[in-house]
Amino acid sequence: MSEATTIRVRLNGKERDVDSDHTVRSLLESLDLQPSLVVVELNREILARESYGETLIRDGDTIELVHFVGGG
Amino acid sequence: MTQIVVQKAGTLDMPLTIGGRSFTSRLIVGTGKYATNEVMVDAIRASGAEMVTVAVRRVDLDRTKEEGILHHLSPDEFFLLANTAGCYNAGDAIRYARLARAAGFNEWIKLEVIGDQATLLPDVHATLEAAKTLTDEGFKVMAYTNDDLITALRLEDAGCVAVMPLASPIGSGLGVVNPYFIREIKRRLEVPVIVDAGVGTASDACITMEQGVDGVLMNTALAAADDPVRMAHAMRHAIVAGRMAYLAGRMPSREIAVPSSPVQGMLD
Repeated sequence: MSEATTIRVRLNGKERDVDSDHTVRSLLESLDLQPSLVVVELNREILARESYGETLIRDGDTIELVHFVGGG
Repeated sequence: MTQIVVQKAGTLDMPLTIGGRSFTSRLIVGTGKYATNEVMVDAIRASGAEMVTVAVRRVDLDRTKEEGILHHLSPDEFFLLANTAGCYNAGDAIRYARLARAAGFNEWIKLEVIGDQATLLPDVHATLEAAKTLTDEGFKVMAYTNDDLITALRLEDAGCVAVMPLASPIGSGLGVVNPYFIREIKRRLEVPVIVDAGVGTASDACITMEQGVDGVLMNTALAAADDPVRMAHAMRHAIVAGRMAYLAGRMPSREIAVPSSPVQGMLD
């Protein structure tokens, strides 16, 4: 029996504990974010949307989730 | 003097063409600082602008998911021009530009590298460095810069699809402080010259267009007006008025009066 474990990531500048079995896609879902409206940078590399489903979040990852906001 | 053939097309002006894409409106507007998203959308529609700027920022995970601008502004209705606002070095600006492109709408970027927090004046060296990298990577770069001709020429050489000198500092509303340099940049560049930042009210926009530039980009002038929607109407007219006046060619100004009515035919 494996117990659900958590890992620690740095998400948008804040340390956060998340379930260890998250992919990028499931992480976005858990945050109620639409993948088509968010760009993901994982450890300073931009992640292609096609690979969200297969990319596992690992302990110590630095994740940036960005989107468009109002600006001039 | 610019030659225009008008009658045939039934229009008084040609479209603004930037990087192979044509726009009917010569006004580009920002989406920042509006009191509400509803006012923003109404004002942008009233302005007639087809290209709108947006910024790239972290999703605020503690706030509503409706915070992203695309929940309010349809990319089908407006052409999105992402900016690198807030970046103070070339590396950051390049990073933001790549993130913006990864959003999947287009490869255009309003490049902006700030050199000083108090004046928000551009760091032209860093801007040029970032412009070279981004054009090499296939970006269509519209570069915000100061009103310096040499920098403008270098940005054009770097492959920018438009060069965007400021009228006056961002958010200042001071209008065009150096019309001579704006005219000189327009005279010397082949790519479109868009005046970006500093326009405060309709007369500023009109005077800017009268210098012969290809367009104007503004944000605060609309967003910070008491009535942004009404100001957007005013700006739409002002841009057209200034453009038409430029194309029409103004009368010579002189410091003597010349009567408009015939001096002959007066009664004894």
